[in-house]
Amino acid sequence: MEKAVEMIQIVKQFPGVLANDHVDLIVLKGEIHSVVGENGAGKTTLMNQLYGLLKPDSGEIRIFEQKVSFKGPRDAIAKGIGMVHQHFMLVNNLTVAENVVLGSETTRGIIFDLREAQKRVDQLSRSYGLQVDPTAKIEDLPVGMQQRVEIIKTLYRGAEILILDEPTAVLTPQETEELFSVLKRLKENGKTIIFISHKLNEVMEISDRITVMRQGKVTGVLNKNETDVREIARLMVGREVVFTVQKPPAKSSDVVLRVENLWVKDYRKLDMVKGISFEIRKGEIYGIAGVAGNGQSELVEALTGLRKPEKGRVILCGEDVTGKSVRELREKGMAHIPEDRHKYGLILQYPAYYNMILGRHYVQPFVKGDFLDHRKIQEFTKTIFSQFDVRPNNIKMLGMNFSGGNQQKLVVAREMSAQPKLLVVSQPTRGLDVGATEFIHKALIQLRDTGVAILLVSMELDEIMSLSDRLAVMYSGQIMGEVDPKEVTVEEIGLMMAGHRFEDLRRV
Amino acid sequence: MNNRLWAFLVPIISVIMALLISSVVILLIGQDPIVAYAALFKGAFGSKLAIASVIIKTTPLILTGLAVGFGFRAGLFNIGAEGQMVMGAMIATAFAINVAWMPAVLAIPLTMVVGMAAGAGYAAIAGVLKAKTGAHEVVTTIMLNWIAEYLSSYVVTVPMGVGFGTPKSPEIANSAKLPPLMTVQATELTSGIIVAVIAAVVIYIVLEKTTKGYELKGTGFNPYAAEYGGIKISQNIVLAMAISGALSGLAGTLEVMGVHHRFLGTLSGGKGFDGISIALIGQNNPIGIIFAALLMGSLRTGSNEMQFVGVPKHIILIVQAIIIFLVAADRIVRTILIRKKRVKAS
Amino acid sequence: MRVLTAIWEIFTNPAFYKLTLTAATPFIFASLGGVFSEITGVVNIALEGIMLMGAFVSIVFTSVTGNPWIGLLFAILVGLGMAWLHAWASIKWRGNQIVSGTALILLAQGVTGFLMEPIFGRPGQTDIVGKIPELRIPLFMKNEFLAQSIGELSPMIYIAFGCVALAWFIIYKTRLGLRMRAVGENPEAADTLGVNVYMIRYFGVLMSGIMASLGGAFLSVGEVGNFRELMTGGRGFIALAAMILGNWNPVGAMWASLLFGFSEAFANQLQSSSVLHVASSTKPLFNMFPFIVTLIVIAGFIGKTRSPAADGVPYEK
Repeated sequence: MEKAVEMIQIVKQFPGVLANDHVDLIVLKGEIHSVVGENGAGKTTLMNQLYGLLKPDSGEIRIFEQKVSFKGPRDAIAKGIGMVHQHFMLVNNLTVAENVVLGSETTRGIIFDLREAQKRVDQLSRSYGLQVDPTAKIEDLPVGMQQRVEIIKTLYRGAEILILDEPTAVLTPQETEELFSVLKRLKENGKTIIFISHKLNEVMEISDRITVMRQGKVTGVLNKNETDVREIARLMVGREVVFTVQKPPAKSSDVVLRVENLWVKDYRKLDMVKGISFEIRKGEIYGIAGVAGNGQSELVEALTGLRKPEKGRVILCGEDVTGKSVRELREKGMAHIPEDRHKYGLILQYPAYYNMILGRHYVQPFVKGDFLDHRKIQEFTKTIFSQFDVRPNNIKMLGMNFSGGNQQKLVVAREMSAQPKLLVVSQPTRGLDVGATEFIHKALIQLRDTGVAILLVSMELDEIMSLSDRLAVMYSGQIMGEVDPKEVTVEEIGLMMAGHRFEDLRRV
Repeated sequence: MNNRLWAFLVPIISVIMALLISSVVILLIGQDPIVAYAALFKGAFGSKLAIASVIIKTTPLILTGLAVGFGFRAGLFNIGAEGQMVMGAMIATAFAINVAWMPAVLAIPLTMVVGMAAGAGYAAIAGVLKAKTGAHEVVTTIMLNWIAEYLSSYVVTVPMGVGFGTPKSPEIANSAKLPPLMTVQATELTSGIIVAVIAAVVIYIVLEKTTKGYELKGTGFNPYAAEYGGIKISQNIVLAMAISGALSGLAGTLEVMGVHHRFLGTLSGGKGFDGISIALIGQNNPIGIIFAALLMGSLRTGSNEMQFVGVPKHIILIVQAIIIFLVAADRIVRTILIRKKRVKAS
Repeated sequence: MRVLTAIWEIFTNPAFYKLTLTAATPFIFASLGGVFSEITGVVNIALEGIMLMGAFVSIVFTSVTGNPWIGLLFAILVGLGMAWLHAWASIKWRGNQIVSGTALILLAQGVTGFLMEPIFGRPGQTDIVGKIPELRIPLFMKNEFLAQSIGELSPMIYIAFGCVALAWFIIYKTRLGLRMRAVGENPEAADTLGVNVYMIRYFGVLMSGIMASLGGAFLSVGEVGNFRELMTGGRGFIALAAMILGNWNPVGAMWASLLFGFSEAFANQLQSSSVLHVASSTKPLFNMFPFIVTLIVIAGFIGKTRSPAADGVPYEK
């Protein structure tokens, strides 16, 4: 069979990391080929070289058995390669049609022919079953729709080879199914698809062949029909993987947090949280699952004082704390591990020991009057560093110079060491490797066992199902149902994430 | 090379490059740059009087430099030191004219407090606008500069004006005048310089040692993380603007108390804008700012001497512009330095 | 009552409308410059400096050649040069755009002041060296009110409105404009589609140089025929406010410029009103008016407009 892509002995070095170490990747024409590996295994780096965004240090790339050397994405596009990035590359204030044609516009003389562009987009979306309104603005479209625009963009440029980088990370299970049927239709039309993922069930469902990577190297090339999830996982992680977190059952007693009919608007003044009520008890992890953008962020912001709720009440340890400031909430025993550690969790230009007191920088034992007590702060940080095994063990290093995993450890360590009564945790393991993920999971369970109430928001279904004692699913600002994660199926969670109420599911 | 060394090298190289480029400009109008720079040097350090006037010029520059630098540290670009200086001087004068009955130990500190409060209040307008509406402080402080300029030129002619010629206010009370450190050929060397240096030390301590400094710098680096850490962003924006404005206000007040002994319409004369260059050359470090102000004070003083050899003193503005430009795009300087090193290595 | 009478007199005076247009024209040019630059993602507070250079250079070359149009041409060239410096620092070297803009303002003040003596023999201001003659439109001359308000206007005023239309056309109707808007909003997305982010940004900033220098030149060769040190007097910043108020849209910026031109003309007319007899010493208070209006407008509208998402953020591949 004809080979669509051959990447031979690719080497790519970044400062301090060998991202691709003599990698070989062969993709046959008309197949769906998955590239799997953990975060940091070098998948995205490899794909960026195939798409011309990066140049390999050494090695050879052939497209349709012809040697190529890309100076930029434009060259790759010309050879029939299209890429759908993990973070969408869309211009929010432009329309679908404008986004699709950007860079290869339809023109009449010097005039940009918008009508022609809309017609072409319409044709493409019909012929591949990718329904989308060409005149809609990107910022008004849901995520699944935006992804379609990305796919149409590549098809418009005549892509024969489509690279999809973690395309399902932002989708509901149902949207994922729709994406898969689109991919199958593309395959029937003779397109070649490279599917990047670390979700093994999906990989098994969609691929023909699978290339597994670990730490910059290829550890296996498998035929879907001759392998299973366990084998892929072993090649990916380098050891047997326990898929569930071991934890003793929760010993729930007193209510720590009670939320009553909470309404929250976002910065555009749209209702994002619409009348949510729930309770979290001492020593319990309460999980909130859902697709990104269904109000979880606004809920977390309202509970942690970053955003004022419109209506409803928040009661922390029996005291009404609705609309209180971050500082007041922290003083009453709230701690918060934010979803975006670079934006919220750390002041990257501050040294580690300054970051360790953020939020408690004005209280004992870190101050003497209005002055910082640098000696005490540094002693405290040293203890925390050894307790949480932060590396490198240099408390004066700037926040920005730590690796992602160690930055997250800084945040987690700081918030846990504040001896909170309630810990609000959002996406605690996003972008972390397996080691760091395991460490943080264990730390959360340990904290739970000391009697802290934990609110866990995560888009990772596996994580939230294995960590939570109770689990709620949010859709469009409301809770679709509150369940015991041991007593529901992934399918049921998926349907709830897509807007079905739990009562309705179980009624049948 | 580490950051500390860069912080030191970039401004120095920028100053040298600016002087070199400006010498080309001087050549272009048919003058000899060596003669010009020699005159500049002589004008700044050639006599006791010259040195005294460098120190007099440096005093307000330390304070406006601190004002801008402090703003930068808190993430604000206070381009309005000019207007705050005028407001501080004007209101301090109005106060100091009427305190003849007060002993100097009261009148001197009170006049300073009044001037600082006026500068702080004026700057806080921009702070409040930024905190409440998001209006960028560069645009609002520029508007406030113009408003201050027109307001003061009205005040100094009508309600406060005396005599003929240059619009000016009456002299302030003797008890509010700063005692001179010494007198050099009838020029009083103001003791304001001591106040300015103390201000720099205080600002250094506030920024590096206190919880407020922690909050202000944190807000400047990353307002989102600061808010997450329970720091009230809008409060800190207003406070940072007010402190910055207080420093500018003090700059104007010391000019009145120690140099002119009255309010003049032309008092600020670009010293607020010089503050920007000074803060950038001093890398926003209060101690660095003292030296940068000294440099700028020498350039300003010496440039009068340059006029005599036929080089308009506007050349100093050009030098300043080039310095700021190079500090803004500091990668230019870094690239040049790295290339040089590579050439040497090979 | 006297104030109301004075205001009535101003509004019924056809010359007031001519003054409004005249005062608005530098804002229109410069705010278009702001739009061109910021829509591609580069903040350009150097407008003030570029205007000042434009005002100066056009007078220099008008006095050399005797032809104000040639003066204008050179103003454009120097404006391009200034803008190129800003683009070079902000795009190539990814410098701080606001600080670089500040440097260029100082540079313009320094260079114009520095060259006054060598070129014109004295500091302060130049003699009247000539200006672009006003254009008489016979059609408007038939009605007395029209004749006195818009019958004879500087051709540069028509050019300013032409530039508004041109800017609108470029930004919203051409391929280049689509790319400009994309680059200012999400440069990375545009880059992956083969759009040359740097080139588009250079184009935006250079256009802002042309526009701002035209705005400055209008103040000198368009309006009074001589150059005064610092004659732009903060207009570059008012133009930035007009751009914000106009929501980064050329047509919006034009309306905002007209509002600011109106307030400047109004303040001028009020202080010279024969009904009010304003003492010359009180006049500075009237000069504050446009700045106060700008301040209020910025404070009141800024949250309601939407700046390009990547405005002021250097792009790094």
